[in-house]
Amino acid sequence: MAEATVDQSDIMRTADGTPLKVSIGRAMRRNKLIAMGLIAPLLIFILFSFLIPIVDMSLRSVDNSIIPRILPNTIVALETWDGQDLPPEEAFAALAADMTAGRESREIGKVATRLNYEVSGMRGAVMGTSRKISKVKEGPYKEALIKSNKAWGEQDTWLLLKRLSGKYTFGFYLNAVDMKYDVQGDIIAQPDFRQIYVDLFIRTLWMSLLITGMTILLGYPIAHLMATLPLRYSNLLMIMVLLPFWTSLLVRTTAWIVVLQSNGVLNDILVWVGLVADDARPQMVYNQIGTIVAMTHILLPFMVLPLYSVMKTIPPTYMRAARSLGANQFTAFVRVYMPQTVAGIGAGSILVFILAIGYYITPELVGGTSGTLISNQIAYHMQSSLNWSLAAALGAILLGTVVALYFIYNHIVGIDNMKLG
Amino acid sequence: MKKTLRYTTVGLAGAAALAFTVSAQATELNVVSWGGAYTASQLKAYHQPYMKANSGVKLNSIDYSGGLAEVRAQSEAGNVTWDLVDVVVSDAIRGCDEGLFMEIDNDAQLAAAPDGTPASKDFLEGTLFDCFIPQIIYSTAFAYRTDAFKGDQPKTMADVFDLKKFPGKRTLQRAPINNLEWALIADGVPTAEVYDVLGTPAGVERAFAKLDTIKDSVIWWTEGAVPAQLLADGEVVFGTGYNGRLFSAIEEEKQPLAIIWDGQVMDIDGWAIPSGGKNKEAVMDFVKFATDTQRLADQAKYISYGPARKSSLPLIGKHADLGIDMAPHMPTNYADQGFLTGFQWWADNRDELNERFEAWLQQ
Repeated sequence: MAEATVDQSDIMRTADGTPLKVSIGRAMRRNKLIAMGLIAPLLIFILFSFLIPIVDMSLRSVDNSIIPRILPNTIVALETWDGQDLPPEEAFAALAADMTAGRESREIGKVATRLNYEVSGMRGAVMGTSRKISKVKEGPYKEALIKSNKAWGEQDTWLLLKRLSGKYTFGFYLNAVDMKYDVQGDIIAQPDFRQIYVDLFIRTLWMSLLITGMTILLGYPIAHLMATLPLRYSNLLMIMVLLPFWTSLLVRTTAWIVVLQSNGVLNDILVWVGLVADDARPQMVYNQIGTIVAMTHILLPFMVLPLYSVMKTIPPTYMRAARSLGANQFTAFVRVYMPQTVAGIGAGSILVFILAIGYYITPELVGGTSGTLISNQIAYHMQSSLNWSLAAALGAILLGTVVALYFIYNHIVGIDNMKLG
Repeated sequence: MKKTLRYTTVGLAGAAALAFTVSAQATELNVVSWGGAYTASQLKAYHQPYMKANSGVKLNSIDYSGGLAEVRAQSEAGNVTWDLVDVVVSDAIRGCDEGLFMEIDNDAQLAAAPDGTPASKDFLEGTLFDCFIPQIIYSTAFAYRTDAFKGDQPKTMADVFDLKKFPGKRTLQRAPINNLEWALIADGVPTAEVYDVLGTPAGVERAFAKLDTIKDSVIWWTEGAVPAQLLADGEVVFGTGYNGRLFSAIEEEKQPLAIIWDGQVMDIDGWAIPSGGKNKEAVMDFVKFATDTQRLADQAKYISYGPARKSSLPLIGKHADLGIDMAPHMPTNYADQGFLTGFQWWADNRDELNERFEAWLQQ
């Protein structure tokens, strides 16, 4: 409306009489649309293959819709129950009706699976009861249910159902940090013999940090050599870095098994040289050592390449200037050269650390019991136990940790200082 | 700008969704199985003869690594592309309870034995379930290196747990299933009472305590191919494995190994039909053919798993390539020395015991 107040004759117009502003706007819009069209495939790909799955999985970690959906009458009947003794007959009748309907729609198994996550044995109780109760046509249902399985005569079972009546639950996150709700709904620690996830998270973090550190230690000299040697030597080095990088992950992992196992190449050499006795060969694979060695090797190129690209841009004259100003080789290296490579170290560290934290196949194959990571448990819950909600909770915590570490890194080092090439 | 973006996205998403829903032809069936030598035996015994007789049907063989994850994902997405899946019985029961698999009317839909015995009487007792058509009985058993011990060779489960008499590393599956049973058997519990004892907290304690005695000498495997490899490399002297894999290591690769049938845990493997598939009749026709008496006996020519039909047992012949009699290599031949896995018991207790087992491993 602002244009209305401006005198029409003052407006600049194109040859055909349209105001210039409108014309330019139209041309700009077309350009923007073309640009948008060009990135649209990527955008849609990311949306469908990355963002939507992540959101969907995250929602699963709090999803508890199975119980309210398949046992609706029971949930309503339990609303008025005060949690003392056993619920009234209506609740039993409602459960019997829900179970009969659930058996009809063949969905009662989902309830059985869900309840079994909370209390072992509930699966059998639900399946067995639903089979028997669908034949019972009239009450009293209380006796019939308790007769078919004594779990329904226990107050704890009903408290569990009442606790799980909401559409959402925080229980999977509790499970993911070795805690649970007790029958009263209070949060308590899991018993000692079921605590596994917190230790695994901690182990995943420190092993990833260690592997990142190892790749810096091993990668820095290689990158430095590659950046300073004459081209014909540095090219050869580059090929030696890239060749394993292009080799299949599985091949490299199994190659390490061949090298490290008790009757493997390395042990044979150690015995042959006489460093270890034949009957006291050290165990170097199927444990933490195996995971650390194999993962350090596999992730090394991700450290070397960013380091190399940063070092390549540092003019050798800086070192010479430092030397000519009186610094010895060591001081010049530490005070002049190294600070300029921080960007490369930062980029490499972030790459290696984030890759390591989610590594799955290598620890699975060479990790044994002490060298497997949290990702192996996530895979177990995705593929075998089918407890996708717990897998989602574990994954969300892992994702949260990475994001948190990223912000800390950004705060301390600054992400603008990162250089990938 | 935001609006154009939304329209473009929606439009392209629609196009993508259309592309995904293009369905397979009516006569193409996706048959999913474990891969490797096992699928190869199925192709020779079931798929190829069937396609020869029914030129209108094309069977696509797809490999997977077991479990219900894919079946459940397809069911939840409402786009079931697998027509037939080879599953272990515990997964079939679980999938059946959750409505993932179709229920079968055994006598009406499966082939009778040549002498007219209905399917429900011909399949081995306790192997047929609502959604499950059994093919084979396989077992998980211990094997040992025959060159590892001088003098006495191990024969029983107690020997496997005896580090003094038979020292050396063992490899066991990284899962509580089977290991807890074996620990109790080695501790003197009769096979018939294993699940009664395991059903009590004290029984579980006792099993873990027995496993504690060999824990430091165990390498844990998760992939079925690993134990045979570890045994062949001499990394371990004892290892648990599927009897078919052990058979091929012993008879085909001539590794110095022998199977201890004592305490073998038998399990059932068979077909399940995902509900919601588009080719139900065609699939059922194939399943009826593939699980008849002759076909099940034929499969034993290629792999050492026992057919699930009584009428197939006398028809077991010689191995197709090796020419050796297959009957002595069937787990069913040593059924009295082992026991059938308690899949119902494990369905109830697996979640908890797995966490407990993992926690125990980390101690």
